Order: sequence, then C-alpha cells, then structure tokens
Amino acid sequence: MDMDRTDEQLLETVADLHGVPEGSFNIRKNGKLLGRRSDADIEIASKTDKDGIDIIVKPGVKNKSVHIPVLLTVGDFKDTVYNDFYIGEGADVTIIAGCGIHNATCSDAQHDGIHTFYVAKNAKVRYVERHYASGEGTGKKVFDPITKIYLKENAQFVLESTQLGGVTCSDRKTFATVGKKAQLIVKEKILTDGEEKVLTDFKVKLSGKGSRADIVSRSVAKGHSVQHFRSDLAGKSECFGHVECDGIVLDNARIMSTPRIDAVSPEASLVHEAAVGKIAGEQMLKLMSLGLSEKEAEDAVIKGFLN
Amino acid sequence: MLELKDIGYAVKDERTGRKQDILKGVDLCFKDGTISVITGPNGSGKSTLIKILMGFERPTSGKILFDGEDITGISVTERARKGFTIAFQQPVRFKGITVKKLLELACGKKLDTEGMCDCLSSVGLCARNYIDRSVDGTLSGGELKRIELATAIAKGGEVFLLDEPEAGIDLWSFEDLVKVFEKLRDKTVIIVSHQQRILEIADQVVLFERDKLICAGKREEMFTKLTQRPNACWRDIKEN
Repeated sequence: MDMDRTDEQLLETVADLHGVPEGSFNIRKNGKLLGRRSDADIEIASKTDKDGIDIIVKPGVKNKSVHIPVLLTVGDFKDTVYNDFYIGEGADVTIIAGCGIHNATCSDAQHDGIHTFYVAKNAKVRYVERHYASGEGTGKKVFDPITKIYLKENAQFVLESTQLGGVTCSDRKTFATVGKKAQLIVKEKILTDGEEKVLTDFKVKLSGKGSRADIVSRSVAKGHSVQHFRSDLAGKSECFGHVECDGIVLDNARIMSTPRIDAVSPEASLVHEAAVGKIAGEQMLKLMSLGLSEKEAEDAVIKGFLN
Repeated sequence: MLELKDIGYAVKDERTGRKQDILKGVDLCFKDGTISVITGPNGSGKSTLIKILMGFERPTSGKILFDGEDITGISVTERARKGFTIAFQQPVRFKGITVKKLLELACGKKLDTEGMCDCLSSVGLCARNYIDRSVDGTLSGGELKRIELATAIAKGGEVFLLDEPEAGIDLWSFEDLVKVFEKLRDKTVIIVSHQQRILEIADQVVLFERDKLICAGKREEMFTKLTQRPNACWRDIKEN
C-alpha cells in the first residue's frame, strides 16, 4: 500500500494501526480504495449503486476483527460513504472504523460515514469509532456520521465512539432498534476546544421484551466550544433504558443536554441522568494537595474522565 | 516545627450578615517527631484548622510558621511540595481516575503491582482487587477512606494532616490502623479524632471547645482534664 508519514500517523491515531492490520480490512483514502483484504469469514464487497462497502460476517464467526479506517488528507473534498454491516447469527466480532482528516488547506474537508448494522440473533458486536482531525489550514474539518443499528433477539452491540480534538464541527446521529432480550451499550467520549461545535443525537427504541440500553456520554468542552447532547429513548415493551450525560466545561465553553425518555409501555423502566459543570473544586484541591499544579490537576481530571 | 501564631478565621453569617468567628487567637505548636491529636465537639473548628494548615482556606488573621518560615500566604501546591500531606475527612471521588493512577499521582512515579501492594497493604487492602477500579461511588465508604490514607502515605512528606482517618473503618482493623500512624512517628503528625485508642498514642492532645480558648498539653495531663469535665457538647445544651 502506498502510504506517507501523515497517513501512517492518522491510521495509528484512529485505528491503533501500525501498517497493514491482521484479519479483514478496507482502507479508504481521499474517496479511493487504498487496500482491502477479504476472507472466508468476513467478506468485504464494494457497493455497485453508490460509494461504500458491504461487510458480511458469516454466522458463528468468533473473535475476529475488521478494520475499516478512512483517511482524508486533502481540502475542498466531501466524502460520503455508505457502509452496511450484516452480522450473522451467533457471530462475535470487533469492528474498528476510525476516520482521520488532515487538512492543511484553506478549503473544507468533510467525511460522512453512513453506517448501518443488521445484527442477527445471538450475535455480538463491538464497534469502535474514532474521529480525529489535524492540520493548520483554515479549512474546516467536518464529520457528520450516521449510525443505524438493528438488533435481533439476544444480540449485543457495544458502541465505543470517541472524538478527541481537531474536529471543527460534527453532527453525529445514532439510531437503534433493540429487539427481544437484545442489548445496546454506548460509551461516547467527546473533547472540543477553540470554536468547535458538536451535536450528538441518539434515538433509541427499546421494542423487544427484556431489551436494554445503556448510553453514557462523557464530554469535555474547552475554549469557546459548544456541545449539545440529545437523546430520545422510547420503551415500547418491558425493558430497561439508562441515559447518562456527564459534561465538564472549562473557559467559556458551553454544554447543553436534552434528554427525552418515553415509557410507551407501562412495563418500561427508563432513567436519565445529566450533570454539566466545572471540575469540582474538591477534586482540584485533592490533586493539588498531592503536589500537582492547577494545570496539572485539571489535566489529570480530564484525562481520567475521558479515559 | 510548625507554629500557629494568633490564627483567626471568620466568615460572614449569610442570614444575619454579621461576622462569625470560627477560630480566634489560636496559638499552637507542633514539634517534629510528635503525634498530636485534636479533639473536641462537632462544629468547634477542627477541620477548619486542618484546611488552613493545608492552605485550602486562608486565615483572616495570624501567621503560620514552618521551620521558622512564614508560609501563611503560599498555595496548596507549594505546601504539598514542602512536605504537607493531607488525608481528607470525606475522600474525593473521581470519575475515571483509577486507584492505581491516584497512587501514581501521589508518589510521582509509575507503579507496578508490587508497588501498589506496598501502598495498599499497609491500609489493609489487596492491590489485585483495586488495580482497575475507579475512585468513585462504586467503592464503599470504608474502602475510599483506606485509599485516602494510602494516598497520603504514598505521597509521603514531613507534616501529615489526618482528618478523622478512622471514620468508617471497621473496628476489627483498628489496631492495624493505629500501627500506620505509629509508623509516621518520626514526622509531624496531626490527627483529628474522637477515638480513645488514637488519643492514647498522642504525644500532645489539643482540645477544641466552642467559644473557648483552645488548650493543648501532654497526653496525661489532658486526659485528666477531659475526664474531669462533663461532655462539652451536652453541657452546652444543658446550660442553654
């Protein structure tokens, strides 16, 4: 594969990759395929009607991983990609889908990943999505991902989504329908600084009996950045849902949280918690009493919080 | 040596707008290599004094001298670096910071399992059970209290300020806890406590009483004083 130093750094940041990964992978750079490996367990095929790929995990495939990182290293470019994942019955896989933008130009670079997951009965997926942007140019670095998740009976989906800096603006949407005894776990971490803006929006339907959702979003906003967390959790059956939004604001930043819970069924049990504010004074005092400076204490709290 | 000269601390009463003295004219001396135990009724200013010593609060009057140097105006960080170490009465919780990370921040170096064992075994905890645990509400009050103490020991220092270190710790482990304090005897140790077993190891006992001058003295003479008078708190209620 033809990769330069910037490509390698982005790959390492968004997908922990040092060169070519093990197992199946698909690396996309500036709208083109850079490399792909498909195997008997996990098949990757290009879509014929639009930009994107189908990732098909065969039933019963266990302990396998797929890397599908995307790199964007030019300005004046908008890359929209439709990826559909078909996870077979009883499979257990990890999917790593980081995207890195390096934009050193004064025009905008944008990547919109539209990802849809069809998770069959008893299957388990751990989906890791990291968004990161760098580059000194004045051009914007934008991510507007859409993630749709359909969970069949007893399926489990863990979404670990991280956006830790450099992204000018982002509108992140996640939709999920959780079937009988299925489980959705979301761990979202967002850090913004400067003039950055993020909107993150979850719409989750707990439709099956015994379904569960646990959505935890932790965010840190610095500088003049603005974050808005929105969630809409509907319990349509006997189910349990929990949404938690924890935010730390520094400088002149702002975090808004708008949770909505709707117990459509009287058997639904739904909880939401939200807490937004400065770092607790006692946390700062504790760390400073260990010899840390104010700045070091602040960094330690944030690092732990987003750990 | 740590000296307090005419320390006063006053706050404004939110309701009446009047000045309210929490501490007034406190003169105390804590010698190197001694354990001092501060005792007295709730609300008599013991924890406030600890906070003033650590620099969390500034006294409204008076001076604090450490080895002859006036440290009244220096920050918490500077005091910590000069060897002041505190264990909070109510341990602080952190989302995401692990026990290991907190101990590493305290001792200023990376710790392996053996290093963690050294820190935690002295307070009766097994390191293996705490490596990946966060210092948050998932730990019990007693566990948090022990970890708080372990953090203070891991940091080390010259002056140890321990605010009710035994609170929430089961009586069965009391003797081991006392051993922890005994080990610090070559330092300047100031403990706020109401427990007789801890008072027994004191070289100096300091008695706080509301609206009265604080008195300090050797353990034996203060014990006589304490046993001769009725309970300070209840006396207030009876007299009023």
